[in-house]
Amino acid sequence: MLARPPSHSPALGPGCAGPPLAEASSVSIQYPAQPTAQVPTCGAASFLVDHNAVNAPGRDPSQHTQMPYVTGSSVLALTFKDGVMLASDTLGSYGSTKRYKSFERIRKVNDRTVLGASGELSDFQYIMNLLDELTTDDFCEDDGGMLSPREIWSYLCRVLYNRRNKQDPLWNSLVIGGIEHGKPFLGTVGMIGTHYTDDHIATGFGNMLARPLFREKHSPDMSEADAEALIHEALKVCYYRDKQSINKFQLAKITEAGVSVSEPFALPTRWDYKHFENPSANAVGTW
Amino acid sequence: MTIIVPSGTGNVYAGSGTIQHPSWSPYDENGGTCVAVSGNDYCVVASSNRLSTGFSILTRDESKIIKMSHKCVIATANCQADRKTLQKTLQTRHIMYMHNHGKPMSVAAMAQLVSNTLYYKRFFPYYTYNLVCGLDEEGKGAVYTYDPVGSYERTGYSCEGTGKDLIQPVLDNQLKASSPLVLPAENWMTALPMDDAVDLVKDAFVSAGERDIYTGDVVELLIITKDGVRTEHLDLKKD
Repeated sequence: MLARPPSHSPALGPGCAGPPLAEASSVSIQYPAQPTAQVPTCGAASFLVDHNAVNAPGRDPSQHTQMPYVTGSSVLALTFKDGVMLASDTLGSYGSTKRYKSFERIRKVNDRTVLGASGELSDFQYIMNLLDELTTDDFCEDDGGMLSPREIWSYLCRVLYNRRNKQDPLWNSLVIGGIEHGKPFLGTVGMIGTHYTDDHIATGFGNMLARPLFREKHSPDMSEADAEALIHEALKVCYYRDKQSINKFQLAKITEAGVSVSEPFALPTRWDYKHFENPSANAVGTW
Repeated sequence: MTIIVPSGTGNVYAGSGTIQHPSWSPYDENGGTCVAVSGNDYCVVASSNRLSTGFSILTRDESKIIKMSHKCVIATANCQADRKTLQKTLQTRHIMYMHNHGKPMSVAAMAQLVSNTLYYKRFFPYYTYNLVCGLDEEGKGAVYTYDPVGSYERTGYSCEGTGKDLIQPVLDNQLKASSPLVLPAENWMTALPMDDAVDLVKDAFVSAGERDIYTGDVVELLIITKDGVRTEHLDLKKD
């Protein structure tokens, strides 16, 4: 196997690159901060990092995430009779700017798990790197084994909670969907580590806009077609009412047969509803 | 107890010389209420299963109570991420204890363990309010109540979480606890029969669900007797 810098320092916990030991040994006190070799995972030539230069006095200290930059909006997900469905649009917003319009916020993790992300998209890409390492390790074992959706969910819960403990959060709400022992699994975890499983989940605005629809119409034994119709309807409502969304969606399905993430598609919309034409008519006091 | 966390803007950190604008808090108030009432030979523990953040409901069915053994359970309110971590840590330590000693922990031992575990994070606390409940060595009901940093005492009954302000006075009134200020100390154990205690707890939750937006959906009741732990569910309003 290729040598790689550890993403999981035993000293600092999951999701933090760092030293293998928490305690400074006498050696590290006597000879502090030697330049260390970095081996890029992409296969580029290794190089040295001089810590004394990085931490030189007068230089700005490294900073933790205070605010997200490029963000994704709601991810919607629900279970149905034989699996799980996740959907989101493909927008990466830079503040109010629609900066990246084809950002795939729903990704396959392995043959029975899919991850959807809202929040800071660079953090999401970092999280995908962590998961890819785990998936690669599974592949190298060559025994057909892989992490279950619940294991991936538990792992991500610990990563996000650990990073919150470091006051350096990964600014995401993640949705993990998959199938496990023939049963659908759907879980979510937020940036400070709040996590739960449910039959239907929506992050961000979706929790206000889509989940009331889910609560009204969802049942765990609904057919795939019904589930797809429901999630399309919910996506459309989110698109109508959420400023930070576009009419370009992706839908992932996880069943016993495997994982499929759809090509981006658009939904038919109507803007000539009476209430849309004169929005202030029913809101006295606005303009 | 209030924990001061950096929030809002314009906090000046002494000594740093720069102004930082932390716009997030590592804590979240996820709401929920836990109640425990102990009697001579029983302990009733209940918590609401709603998980909220701000004015949103995250999920309607998430248990706040972890069953450690057939004589001891722990109910935890407030920050869910911290609760899960705390309960997971405690369960691990309890399993290690059972491997080492060949028996489950007594409630008193668990109470001390919870206190130590909380105090270990004194300067970045688990923002949780805990009740350790069960039957003590003599088979009497026991409730231990905590603050987030591990101070604790044994009481006859207790209530924590968002419904505390509504429920605790009712318990004080109905269970007629003698004041801890009375000397010599009087027995604080409730004389209520078990069924009456269960009804009281259910009534308390129905009332709290009426006024507290964070208490609702379902109440999970664990009734601990010498025969083990029995679980009941009570539906509350979903509004």
